[in-house]
Amino acid sequence: MFNQDRWQEIFETIRKNKLRTFLSGFTVALGIFIFIILFGFGNGLKNSFQEFFLDDATNTMFIFAGKTSEPYKGFKANRRIEFTNDDLYDIKDNFPFFLEYITPRISRRATVRYKNEFDNYTTRGVGPDHQYAEKTIMMEGRYVNELDVKNKSKHAVIGRLVARDLFKQEDPLGKFIDVGNSVFKVVGVFQDDGGDNEERFIYIPYTTRQSLEKGNDKIDQMIVAFRPELGYKGSLAFERQLRVFLKEKKVIAPKDPNGIFIRNIADNIKQNQQFANVLQLIVTFVGLGTLIAGIIGISNIMVFIVKERTKELGVRKALGATPKSVIQMILQESIFITTISGYVGMALGVFLLKNINETLEDYFIKNPYIDISTALFATLILIIFGGIAGYIPAKRAASIKPIVALRDE
Amino acid sequence: MIQIKDLHKSYKMGSSSLHVLKGINLTVEEGELVAIMGSSGSGKSTLLNIIGMLDLLDEGSYELDNVLIKDLDETKAAKYRNKFLGFIFQSFNLINYKTAVENVSLPLYYQGMKRAERQEKALKYLTSVGLLDWATHLPSELSGGQKQRVAIARAMASEPKLLLADEPTGAIDTQTSNEVMDLIQKINQEGKTILVITHEEDIAQMCKRIIRLKDGVIVEDTKVNQVLATQYV
Repeated sequence: MFNQDRWQEIFETIRKNKLRTFLSGFTVALGIFIFIILFGFGNGLKNSFQEFFLDDATNTMFIFAGKTSEPYKGFKANRRIEFTNDDLYDIKDNFPFFLEYITPRISRRATVRYKNEFDNYTTRGVGPDHQYAEKTIMMEGRYVNELDVKNKSKHAVIGRLVARDLFKQEDPLGKFIDVGNSVFKVVGVFQDDGGDNEERFIYIPYTTRQSLEKGNDKIDQMIVAFRPELGYKGSLAFERQLRVFLKEKKVIAPKDPNGIFIRNIADNIKQNQQFANVLQLIVTFVGLGTLIAGIIGISNIMVFIVKERTKELGVRKALGATPKSVIQMILQESIFITTISGYVGMALGVFLLKNINETLEDYFIKNPYIDISTALFATLILIIFGGIAGYIPAKRAASIKPIVALRDE
Repeated sequence: MIQIKDLHKSYKMGSSSLHVLKGINLTVEEGELVAIMGSSGSGKSTLLNIIGMLDLLDEGSYELDNVLIKDLDETKAAKYRNKFLGFIFQSFNLINYKTAVENVSLPLYYQGMKRAERQEKALKYLTSVGLLDWATHLPSELSGGQKQRVAIARAMASEPKLLLADEPTGAIDTQTSNEVMDLIQKINQEGKTILVITHEEDIAQMCKRIIRLKDGVIVEDTKVNQVLATQYV
């Protein structure tokens, strides 16, 4: 391999057969280039998909209250169940093993006004942990905090689009807005990957909402997050125990399907994940197909090259080249060319993917990328198969009697 | 130099087999210049291929320079060819992307000679065929006669015991043929054993001995008075 003389002979051959070198190199480079681009696009498609469906935290459950459908322990059917603040504390106290955080959510429509601008928005009375459940991203200021909840502060965190519509160019931070006839101070502006609607919410402390409604302690719904390390199965166990606990507390028949509803996000996630996996499978399949096409391409070229060189190989053999040295020469040349051009194709592909970045987002391809190990692996595969593709015709050519090869005009 | 005893060779052609050489007995001494003649199908090319270890014999024995040539696998044949033999072909068989000097140094490369040494030796042999000025030219830039002289230089470069020329003048005009034969005669005068296959009578007369083949057997083996090619050049 490291015989300097042999390398010199190979470089000479490469230098003097530019078309041949170009053809085989081009095939390999193109193969690996297309593979990387397609694979990268596939990953970009997956990114878009994940952004659409997985913009919220994935370890949460939504708990709603409804009406019972069965009479139980002296209560009639059709009784309305309502959550109150102490349900939050009870869940917190009883499920320390499962629970990561819990936050209420009280949604109300309200007309919101700033100076002459006004519009209808949904306000959400929440706790500080709601930020994690929605993966709310703060652009300015801060989110609702514990102190706000404790003091029932009239502080509001507004969405990016609320800020844009009401405040135009003005900085909303520290300004006062009128929310359903009470004055709130804007303490933060947020954005959300979930789309425009999610950026039209206004978050306020849930205690503030309760005090505005005659100081009650009622809660619409609770968002419970379980520890992610529990996984899907753990979340199902948590869901089951939570249901039993709440039904007992609210005195609902254990068999009653209504009264309390729990929507486990993990269920949705699982379906979406399956779809993502199918997408991944398609990406892999397309990648493999491209790679195989590349392998076939280089195989064809190698067969052609060896065929073209049959006479030359015959001359070399008549002059004393052993079959081994003939095979070695062809292999070393082909591996050298495939390695160099494979690397070039890979580099070009990765470079292009890096530069595409956001430009194809309209076509649902976001941040296309390929991890370097996949790229290297594919290049290596192509080099190995290029070698094998060269080896088979080379071996045949080397075993042709020189007299036959010399007759080949 | 060459001792062939009772050599048989046949080729399989589908179900039947073609008996090409039917018991050849031939001895060639060192320093001889032998012409092998015969019409096409007489077996002269097959004989040369066997002597050149490009083909295997079926029966009989073949000794080259007191080495019994048998049980040749490709690797061994390649080594013997490199060590013992120099080939001159009708169609020159130069490698078209290599320059004259590179073509001449190729057998030396397979001998494992160092690059600088190879280059020096190749230039020496190119000089001896009068083509030093054409050393860096590609075969496509040379005339037929020049190509054959490069091929002769290449055959000589490995300093073989035996030179085998298969219709060396078959693809070139008479004037050039005479030049090539002049060169071959000069190489022979320096003591090299040379076998020339030809079907041209005047070329054969420039050798020292003529062997005529017909239907796979030697029908005539005569020493001749060599016609020197120099007078025509």
